[in-house]
Amino acid sequence: MKCAVCGRKAAVEVRRQGRAFCPEHYLEWFEHQVERAIRRHRMLKKEDRVLVAVSGGKDSIALWEVLRRLGFHTTGLHIQLGIADYSKRALEATRRFAEERSLPLIVVDLKETYRLTIPELAELTRRRTCSVCGLTKRYVMNRVAVEEGFDVVATGHNLDDEASVLLGNVLHWQTDALVRQDPVLPAKEKLAKRVKPLYLLTEREILAYTLLRRLPYQHEECPFAAGAKSLLYKEALNKLETAMPGTKQAFLEQYLKKIEPVLQKGLSAEEVALRECERCGYPTTGEVCAFCKTWDHAYRWAKRKGRIPGEVRFEAEPLLTFIPEGKGGGDARPAPSQEPAG
Amino acid sequence: MRVVLRTPEREERELKGPKKVREVLEELGIVPEGVIVARGEELLTLDDEVADDDTLEIISAVSGGKR
Repeated sequence: MKCAVCGRKAAVEVRRQGRAFCPEHYLEWFEHQVERAIRRHRMLKKEDRVLVAVSGGKDSIALWEVLRRLGFHTTGLHIQLGIADYSKRALEATRRFAEERSLPLIVVDLKETYRLTIPELAELTRRRTCSVCGLTKRYVMNRVAVEEGFDVVATGHNLDDEASVLLGNVLHWQTDALVRQDPVLPAKEKLAKRVKPLYLLTEREILAYTLLRRLPYQHEECPFAAGAKSLLYKEALNKLETAMPGTKQAFLEQYLKKIEPVLQKGLSAEEVALRECERCGYPTTGEVCAFCKTWDHAYRWAKRKGRIPGEVRFEAEPLLTFIPEGKGGGDARPAPSQEPAG
Repeated sequence: MRVVLRTPEREERELKGPKKVREVLEELGIVPEGVIVARGEELLTLDDEVADDDTLEIISAVSGGKR
């Protein structure tokens, strides 16, 4: 198999496009795909301050590398979840990447900030780990972006993530979730703009990029992900993709093009207005946002079990550690509350 | 040939060569779309032939836990 550009021996096949590339032209092709998605959906402007959500896994590390190479002003945000050694190794990979490239990094340690880790939060609220983890990450990402004056949050969601979420939502006809699948979620009052520049690249293509660029990333998977439904959906889609290359892309793109606009129009009457959470002041549809409700719930149980002193009240404001250019220990300080900075 | 699987747990298998990467994956029951196959630092395509004395690494691309 030969490279579609130079005819040398190919290293990576992109079967959905019927092409293969040598290492050099694969890297070029990959970065061009990301650049094209950014331009096509007006995800980022050159002058934007971009907060990149970095777990330390291949997707977020690849995203940060491409955005850096494309010349965007990026700062990483890493959330320490407190999942034992898995989380420690995730921070190590993230710090190594940032340090080697002199990129600024913000770290939020959940245990330090909120006194509980993600596994403890799940146990105390008796909810699924992935569910409370996702809720917490989304809240912290948004709050850091708003309060530190970032224009946009970029996440490493890829084609497999998006297609498997779509499949799950379609199988259960989750209409409320179906209308939120866009690769760009615009900014609203106290809600930062969110973009997914890798949404049309498969996990396999992203892994090939990370390996060819020799990027440091965390290979191991989160111990709580085993058995997740999303993996079943991904496997089913990969079987279809192997038999019919291009299936995942067509499934997602055609949905976004043909179905989502109709759904959005049809469901607009059901849209509930956003208001400020009575606890933290951030947008919610009810009186208290899901983040504050969940953590308040965990605090009640933690106090009953004597893990948190009775007089301590849950405060949603995250404690940030700034690591300029990825080096040194960094200074911990709370984010300035409410008003966006600069 | 020695095949090191990282899907994501590390596991080793011995297979007879030479054969194509596609056949290696078929024999192991691995869906090609979910993995990258490498020989040292070289990434391989499904049509590449691997020899009996090669060592291959099959790395899972699927995030979120076990495949």
